[in-house]
Amino acid sequence: MSTDFGELTPGVFPSILKETNADYLTQPFWDAARQDRLVAPKCSNCGTFRLPPSAYCFNCQQRGIDWVELPGTATIYSFTIVRHPLHPDLAPICPYVSGVVELDGTQGAGARMLVNIIDVDVENVKIGDRVEIVFEHVNDEMSTPRFRPVR
Amino acid sequence: MTIKDKAAIVGVGATPYFKRGQSFPESEFSMACTAILAALEDAGLTVNDLDGFSIYSSSCDPAAVGAELGVPEIRWATTTTSGGGGCAGALGVAAAAIDGGMATTVVTLMTLQQLNKRLGGSAVGGVLAYAMMSDSASPYGGSGVPPSAAFTANNGLLSPGHSFAQIASRHMHLYGTKREHFAEVCISTRDNAIKRPTALRTEPITLDDYFNARMINDPLCLFDYTMESDGAVAVITTSVERAKDLKQPPVTIMASAHGGSGRWGPALFRYFQTPDDEFASSGHRPVAKRIFEMAGIGPEDVDVALLYDHFSPMVIMQLEDYGFCPIGEGGPFVADGNIRYGTGSIPVNTHGGNLSEAYIIGMTHVREAVEQLRGTAVNQVEGAEIALVTGGPAGLPVSGTLLRKG
Ligand SMILES: [Zn+2]
Repeated sequence: MSTDFGELTPGVFPSILKETNADYLTQPFWDAARQDRLVAPKCSNCGTFRLPPSAYCFNCQQRGIDWVELPGTATIYSFTIVRHPLHPDLAPICPYVSGVVELDGTQGAGARMLVNIIDVDVENVKIGDRVEIVFEHVNDEMSTPRFRPVR
Repeated sequence: MTIKDKAAIVGVGATPYFKRGQSFPESEFSMACTAILAALEDAGLTVNDLDGFSIYSSSCDPAAVGAELGVPEIRWATTTTSGGGGCAGALGVAAAAIDGGMATTVVTLMTLQQLNKRLGGSAVGGVLAYAMMSDSASPYGGSGVPPSAAFTANNGLLSPGHSFAQIASRHMHLYGTKREHFAEVCISTRDNAIKRPTALRTEPITLDDYFNARMINDPLCLFDYTMESDGAVAVITTSVERAKDLKQPPVTIMASAHGGSGRWGPALFRYFQTPDDEFASSGHRPVAKRIFEMAGIGPEDVDVALLYDHFSPMVIMQLEDYGFCPIGEGGPFVADGNIRYGTGSIPVNTHGGNLSEAYIIGMTHVREAVEQLRGTAVNQVEGAEIALVTGGPAGLPVSGTLLRKG
């Protein structure tokens, strides 16, 4: 089905933003995403992760970072099941699940992602479920990260 | 040295409350002026006395109001940053201005008309606006879509309700909080609204009604959401000395604070790294600690609590964070009838709250606190001496104020 939002798939929130608007801090994330790799910035001083990438480490206030490749697996930390479309054209994708996931290979708060979780049994999704990243390559610039149950 | 007992609320004014868009052809600006004039008149004052604005969420432009109403001299004009979380805290800023000798008569207000702009985010433009919110707290905005937006814009979270559901789900997971508990907040609040002529929603809700209601986004159903409404509410604050000679019995500001843990930050609106121990909370714990210390009282001394209720689960978390019950026990606490008017240990939102009376971004709670402490409330809590009013949860600052009769 085609709408202003493009081709729609049930359970999948469409990529409404097609540009990364990247700066020097976020470009490495999108470069890796294009290659289906998940990378995150890790403080080179204290090891704390931070997403979205930010100039300063909230833990030690230093700026240095190392980009680290993560396994791309995660645990659902919280979620909502969106049943009511906020725009009528979004009705075909409802219900869909969006939530907070905690990334493996990081140490808790500091490296969560807030993402659409796809290919799930909507009525049985729960906190603690294991998921893995999958990128939709929207164009040469944007690759939208989503998560799906670990296969 | 604090602002304890330095200033008092002496006047309250409001327009009627309207369903979304129905205040037209009035405007946010005209309703602001109407509420300010009504509040001054309630206090027995005029625009010649008014010299300060302590607002939140940039609710009005003091320059425009000053010119429109012919305010002789403006000596104080501040807004707390971010949104509705600053509501109760703006009263503390007013008290600080008065105590510091910077102004004598300060108005705090909200005016809202959701004709073209819907805070819930419905039109495509609204969807995009919410998804791409700027990093800047300035009304001038940042420079276009910030780089951080690409990390959230395509995730399907399009409204405050989608964001706060994350906190509610986590609370349910950690503590066993149930939809029955959210229902009790909605039902008790609606019961309070039924008797209020100002309330926009007055049909009783049963537990069956609640469970038959449309799910908007789990765990939130239609009744868990605030309504969208129009209107304006203003209050006037002055020194406690001057308050003694005015028309109304004074309502003294015992304590007020706004802020929160730095890493609560903009919360889920555009930040999702809130530390684990605070994620499933209202973000109010630091503010609660400060106001009870400032006032020298505890939650057991509060007679009525007007808690910011844009989403019903956040009432439960505020009850925990202000110490009315232990952390994690808010659900069973409300289920035991503790927040009911007339029978509960701490009556909550006796005016019907944002959920059932009207959503004027928290100012209706301030109005109700004043009416309770004047002894003129529709659902009057017998012998009410001390009221708690809160603003938020939202992006920082969130806020709380303790008010005392006399
Ligand atoms: Zn660091």
